[in-house]
Amino acid sequence: MSAMKNLVGWIDDRFPLTANWKAHLSEYYAPKNFNFWYFFGSLALLVLVIQILTGIFLTMNYKPDAALAFMSVEYIMRDVEWGWLIRYMHSTGASMFFVVVYLHMFRGLIYGSYRKPRELIWVFGMMIYLALMAEAFMGYLLPWGQMSFWGAQVIISLFGAIPFVGDALSLWIRGDFVVSDATLNRFFAFHVIALPLVLVGLVAAHIIALHEVGSNNPEGIEIKKHKDPVTHIPLDGIPFHPYYSVKDIVGVVVFLMVFSAIVFFAPEFGGWFLEPDNFIPANPFKTPEHIVPLWYFTPFYAILRAVPDKFLGVVGMGAGVVIMFFLPWLDRSKVKSIRYRGTLYKSILTLFIISFIGLGYLGTQPATPVFTNIARVLSVIYFGFFIFMPWYTKIDKTKPVPERIPE
Amino acid sequence: MSNQQVDRSKRRFLVAATTAMGGVAGVAVLTPFVMSMLPSERAKAAGAPVEADIGKVEPGMLLAIEWQGKPVWIVNRTKETLATLAKIGDKLVDPNSDVPQQPAYCKNTDRSIKPEFLVVVGICTHLGCSPTFRPELAPADLGPDWVGGWFCPCHGSRYDLAARVYKNVPAPMNMEVPPYKYLTDTRIIVGVDQKGA
Repeated sequence: MSAMKNLVGWIDDRFPLTANWKAHLSEYYAPKNFNFWYFFGSLALLVLVIQILTGIFLTMNYKPDAALAFMSVEYIMRDVEWGWLIRYMHSTGASMFFVVVYLHMFRGLIYGSYRKPRELIWVFGMMIYLALMAEAFMGYLLPWGQMSFWGAQVIISLFGAIPFVGDALSLWIRGDFVVSDATLNRFFAFHVIALPLVLVGLVAAHIIALHEVGSNNPEGIEIKKHKDPVTHIPLDGIPFHPYYSVKDIVGVVVFLMVFSAIVFFAPEFGGWFLEPDNFIPANPFKTPEHIVPLWYFTPFYAILRAVPDKFLGVVGMGAGVVIMFFLPWLDRSKVKSIRYRGTLYKSILTLFIISFIGLGYLGTQPATPVFTNIARVLSVIYFGFFIFMPWYTKIDKTKPVPERIPE
Repeated sequence: MSNQQVDRSKRRFLVAATTAMGGVAGVAVLTPFVMSMLPSERAKAAGAPVEADIGKVEPGMLLAIEWQGKPVWIVNRTKETLATLAKIGDKLVDPNSDVPQQPAYCKNTDRSIKPEFLVVVGICTHLGCSPTFRPELAPADLGPDWVGGWFCPCHGSRYDLAARVYKNVPAPMNMEVPPYKYLTDTRIIVGVDQKGA
């Protein structure tokens, strides 16, 4: 035991090992009232690790070449020992990443975790979300199936809608006049090295910012306002390790049960995680009957289709994502948590959830006139939630927030 | 070390000058990396003209060929179709093809050199999907007013049989007519302009 202590002492003289362990785990004081919603941050980290590890092993057999890519994925599925498992873990991981991240964002939304002093945590989180969307989009081109090809064709053409520079920009992104081998090869480079580095860096910034200001909680009460006069430990705080590390392990176990069930029993998830058309090799001459992005992009895709103008549609789609960055400055409520908000906010939030899920559903459906009109109404609600937020959060009748976290 | 006062304005100037020069060098170094992502010489060379035999394209038929990696459609339109093209002008965004989406010699109602043969790049001007050829009249899913044309499955854009876009759909303009010319009565080359155009 003393040999161990000596080793740690030797390291601590050269690298702040114990200091970091304390600052981020054993003496990082988190509010004592975390609930179910607080699982998803650590789960997102777990999925990131799963994606990086499985991704490394997939690159060992994948060929980023338009002539070979589709067959190399089938080769992984059929001939590589356990290749099917590694690939299904990666494809399921991609969708589960978004499940976890959307729930994590929803948690921030209902408990006001983006409010002062946590604005930068939210902004870093949104940047992670953007990087994740780029990562998922580029990764989806790699199997070089019909949906890979046409999805990329559509998304890259979005940049073509930008006035003046659009066409040159999309040509530059593709590296060819159409989506081709050059596009596949560069998306591979972005997917396996550039964006993962960006993601890991942003996750570090997200956590450093969090540990600087401390975690929010379901009550939206600042625990740092009431510290022990001697130890300066927040009275309503408990050390992250072992309390929340153990709690998170329970979350991890449940998550892995769900994850494994999907990987082993429903890896395509009825076409939601792996679309049927993507089992057909890319064909630049035939657009599939019905192009749909994967489910995690469909709310924004529905906004794009709802606008009957090319440029404005792209603007609407982009604005749908970008507007979320401004959430910390749009919310003018006196309280953070939904627990102390009034009926007005709760009703509008409910409408927002309906609009987001509704748009997500419509984005998966063919663009019939009826569906397009519904998507227009839902888009208005979606943007209304943000645009009118400074007003309705101010006049909303809130309840008084206690000083300390109630027992 | 001297105790002389630091000349702050000189220091500021040096810092600014160094930053500016470093910035210029940074942009200069970035240039080759950005340029490397443009289409390569090989990709540019692959955009050579292609020939097609249109003799076997019966009235009402569509022949798809590849040019610059893009689908190019050659459609043999019937007399009835050509007659409808002139009548639906008010439903179209750009019935007279004022937007230069075609060579000057194809700026006419049927957007072609020989009225019956339409040659068009089969890529939707909205987001680059390849629309579906729907020559039939008034099918159930496209409504009773449909006189034949293309329907884009991605976002619901509609085009007539001169590849002109309908109003109130996401696509902003007519599909592109590539430069082409007739080599013989039944043979065309796509990617080369007609002489005297």
